[in-house]
Amino acid sequence: MTMLTDINVTAVVMFLIFISATLAITYWASKRTQTASQYYAAGGKITGFQNGLAIAGDYMSAASFLGISALVFASGFDGLIYSIGFLVGWPIILFLIAERLRNLGKYTFADVVSYRLQQRPIRLLAACGSLAVILLYLIAQMVGAGKLVQILFGLPYEVAVVLVGILMVIYVSVGGMLATTWVQIIKAFLLLFGATLLAFLVLYNLDFSINNMFSQAVDIHEKGLAIMAPGTLVSDPISAISLGLALMFGTAGLPHILMRFFTVPDAKQARRSVFYATGFIGYFYILTFVIGFGAIVFISNNPEFMNETGALLGGNNMSAVHLSKALGGDILLGFISAVAFATILAVVSGLTLAGAAAFSHDLYANCIKGGKADERKEVMVSRLATVGLGVAAILLGILFEQQNIAFMVGLAFAIAASANFPVLFFSMFWEKTSTRGVIVGGWIGLITAVTLVILGPIVWVDIFGNEEAIFPYKYPALFSMSAGMICIYVVSLLDKSQNAISERAAFSDQFVRSMTGVGANLSK
Amino acid sequence: MSKQHYDHIRNNVKFNDLISQRTRLSWTLAVMILIVYYSFILVIAFSPALFGIPVSDGGIVTWGIVIGLGVILFTFIITGIYVYRANTIFDKLLVDVVDASQVHVDSLVENQGDK
Repeated sequence: MTMLTDINVTAVVMFLIFISATLAITYWASKRTQTASQYYAAGGKITGFQNGLAIAGDYMSAASFLGISALVFASGFDGLIYSIGFLVGWPIILFLIAERLRNLGKYTFADVVSYRLQQRPIRLLAACGSLAVILLYLIAQMVGAGKLVQILFGLPYEVAVVLVGILMVIYVSVGGMLATTWVQIIKAFLLLFGATLLAFLVLYNLDFSINNMFSQAVDIHEKGLAIMAPGTLVSDPISAISLGLALMFGTAGLPHILMRFFTVPDAKQARRSVFYATGFIGYFYILTFVIGFGAIVFISNNPEFMNETGALLGGNNMSAVHLSKALGGDILLGFISAVAFATILAVVSGLTLAGAAAFSHDLYANCIKGGKADERKEVMVSRLATVGLGVAAILLGILFEQQNIAFMVGLAFAIAASANFPVLFFSMFWEKTSTRGVIVGGWIGLITAVTLVILGPIVWVDIFGNEEAIFPYKYPALFSMSAGMICIYVVSLLDKSQNAISERAAFSDQFVRSMTGVGANLSK
Repeated sequence: MSKQHYDHIRNNVKFNDLISQRTRLSWTLAVMILIVYYSFILVIAFSPALFGIPVSDGGIVTWGIVIGLGVILFTFIITGIYVYRANTIFDKLLVDVVDASQVHVDSLVENQGDK
């Protein structure tokens, strides 16, 4: 793969400014990060507005910026279907999860699930669910990052992956949640600013006429009027519902997103963070829609961005990057490239911190040490786990370079929706939920999601090369999430053990605390 | 310590009123977003042509695009409604409930001191 252009001075300068600024913040944050609460949750001192920006920074990946504008570039309206799916999980988080989560937990969502249930088996399940989601998501980001940096800056793939890995380990292990939060805030600001500028330039060049934009795009695009209506992305109702469930409830089961709710002081700020995050993310998706249509208008017929076969240089994922060059020259190209890189770094940092917390807080402190771990040792284990995750992410990123990784983010969302979300939901909402029910249902949800993805068309046919898929649908969430929830329900209902009786008796106190926050700050 | 708070709050009529109101609001809004989103997805799955109809005769903008952007806006507005209601009206009532339990627990501690 070759570079797009010669070394872009703006990109390199912007990139160096971003790296120095974030490393300076990491140094500043390291002075304020000693206790476990500071390390995992920035001491609970982040405001709702800051956390809203940081959540947006955590959630808006390079995949959504480049991928969704590429989808709009390729098929118009269909890009909007994905954007909306990624957005509608946020009201669900707000109405059902955010305030209860903040009032019951300290550092990880396993705190909440295990609040009145047995610590060891529940934490083990939650940590496995978290790590599965995080590793899949992380590999997808690392491979994307390697390819992107290779194209934008001309670095070899391996160098790019190692560079991303080292930077994320420094941010997270040295600066903890405080540094991670500020990297995400800066990235969210840069990405929103960059995307706004691009969308503004698209409209500026079309005399601010939306009609003008759509009609020119329809004239130029090979699919013509079809880009203004749903195409082939979602074809049958089962797939449609299943994808919808995975996106909607998967968001509410992503460990790195749930962890962000422990960084604010109370439920009020937790709610406020979702409001701001929803606003920023929704606004961002509207921008990517304009950017995708702008790319159709301004770069489709431009030979500068095409190879000999008429395909876009670097693939469709580069459409937003090419558009920046077409509308703003080398300076804007450099800026957008640097923004894309910052975007990747912020997302992998959030993932790594959540993964490290699953190791140190759930597995080490609570499973192995039975909740009696020394706080300094626990933070030390977390910093070491960060280095371990960094090495794993680099190796897996290199290993998967030539693999089809498109299924990984989908699988991550499916596991989050089928294992993490159901156990969290039942433990907070249903009095009769017992340890046995959560363990059986959680593991069934997780195993079903993984199995159905392996037996489905993407892995079984596209990767393993079999003739026909054993499981016919691309998206398993409808089946795996139902299996998980039904098992939690039935097994809990049938559980007459002594444990189950005392766990049910503890629900009332948990409920009052989840609604009021009384006791949440005493236990810190 | 927390246990005495929980007992008092649990038996406070105001708390139970407040929670049933807040729970009703959050489930109503959750059901609304589910209905809106699944109607959108099901139109795409069953009759995508509906979304290809132009909003005005001979116009270029289709119902699909208008409704899609409408769903994004709707998502933002209902989160706004919930946050406003919960953070102002409900949280004020909640402060009363929590304060009352604090007064109650303090009086218990004083009585114990007298003995």
